[in-house]
Amino acid sequence: MERMEDCRFVAEKVKNVPPSGIRRFFDLVSDNEEIISLGVGEPDYVSPWHIREACIHSLEHGETSYTSNSGLIELREEISRNYTRRQDLYYNPESEILVTSGVSEALDLAIRSIVDIGDEVIVTEPTYVAYIPSIVLAGGKAVPVPTTREDDFRVKAEEIEKRITARTKAIIINYPNNPTGAIMPRDELETIAKVAEKHDLVVITDEVYERLTYTGKHCSIAALDGMRERTIVLNGFSKAYSMTGFRLGYILAPEPLLNAMMRIHQYTMLCAPVTAQVGGIEALRNGESEVQAMVNEYNRRRRLIVKGFNNIGLDCFNPGGAFYAFPSIAATGLTSEQFAQRLLEEQKVVTIPGDVFGKAGTGFLRCAYAASREDIKEALERIEAFLNRL
Amino acid sequence: MDSKTRDILEILENNARATPEEISALVDMPSKEVEDSIRHLEKVGIIRRYKTVIDWELAGEDYVYAIIELKVSLERRQGYDAIAERLYKFPEVRSVRLLSGEHDIVLTIRGKTMKQVAFFVAEKIATLEQVQSTSTHFVLKTYKEDGLILEEPEHAKRLPVSP
Repeated sequence: MERMEDCRFVAEKVKNVPPSGIRRFFDLVSDNEEIISLGVGEPDYVSPWHIREACIHSLEHGETSYTSNSGLIELREEISRNYTRRQDLYYNPESEILVTSGVSEALDLAIRSIVDIGDEVIVTEPTYVAYIPSIVLAGGKAVPVPTTREDDFRVKAEEIEKRITARTKAIIINYPNNPTGAIMPRDELETIAKVAEKHDLVVITDEVYERLTYTGKHCSIAALDGMRERTIVLNGFSKAYSMTGFRLGYILAPEPLLNAMMRIHQYTMLCAPVTAQVGGIEALRNGESEVQAMVNEYNRRRRLIVKGFNNIGLDCFNPGGAFYAFPSIAATGLTSEQFAQRLLEEQKVVTIPGDVFGKAGTGFLRCAYAASREDIKEALERIEAFLNRL
Repeated sequence: MDSKTRDILEILENNARATPEEISALVDMPSKEVEDSIRHLEKVGIIRRYKTVIDWELAGEDYVYAIIELKVSLERRQGYDAIAERLYKFPEVRSVRLLSGEHDIVLTIRGKTMKQVAFFVAEKIATLEQVQSTSTHFVLKTYKEDGLILEEPEHAKRLPVSP
């Protein structure tokens, strides 16, 4: 078969998007029963029953039409209340909230609404795999800024400032972070906010793991003085409510920015799926106790896996959020790619090589602990056996 | 109660066989302290006992379960507790609950056959002085017991790798 890169019909800008390293790894994994996967970036819980039941009820009652472009007003009101309650931030449900098909769409809208051809967007590395391709597709240039294990994978303001040029338009931050699990306390966010203000930059903050914060309290950069007007907050239901397949996210932004994103959304997506929106209302109204129970369980698994890695000799940073552990495998002398590939072949454990998330991830592995405790224990035993045979 | 103790109880409620070493990793507490904490919880009776949930039907042992609703009359100087005690001392009686509403007490009874359960109710329960009437319901199928769904549990159908 002809490669996509060689096909004369395919646009150059698509050819320029690097293929997903996760996708490549996906192709290596067969549907083998013996495989334990720590490669899954989504909760291992089925969506809570009350949410599914609300969706079934709405389908039975014929709620199958388009909604307003912005999303159901009841949902926007719940989102607004929810952010006010937890972050002390108010967004007007009528004019400052847009419901999207997952945070993926929200991210694309945020980038496309502010990036002109040649504009630069600063991205922290290791980075979630979608940021750079989204910037490239919008005609922009991604400028990675590395974060390190020594700094607990928190981005340093001076490292951002070093990379700012006349074309720099925005910074994307993502805390709690995929793939490192890092979080960013308020005082460190303030240093980033200062840089953004000084250079008049937009901050896109992807807070989809916000509810999965185990040490301290999550702080949104939008809540800092002077930041609201230049911040686009992205969040969604996938991680907190275990609703990945519903594809439901949202954007909080000041009106001019929100209107720009709406301009794209109304023509490209029209609206988020109505059934998912009904599920979102139910999740926000009655989902708190199940969120708490899931967060408690993730926290136990987090302790189990971090302690486990350190016990078998893989230095593992203590992640404060999300559901990823990011151990260093540098001491083994293998590259992340070799380690992950051999671990899969020899011990049937799926992990994701850290450099899939950018150069700063070299020498690390992403291990999702959204897996049962039994699977985590078994995976740790197999990794130990793998290390002993090296 | 502090959150770590609550955490220990929650872990044990779902898996009574969790060892102090395992719990130690999960709650981030030295295993010696976990052991001491559990011993204390056992001593003061917060942990009553450790129990195994068995699917007897799958094991090929058929039991018959019945729910018996009772109306009782109270006698002078004797409250519901005294009647409850007379009832719960029968090993066939698996649970005894005092209710609000139409009936006063509800029992769960386990026996080997329907006949055995029916005779037990007729001979031992209905004949008690305080018992005015009994209403027996045989259990046809149990779907969920003590928070545990007895059907095949559902799992998230996830791809093995995702971003």
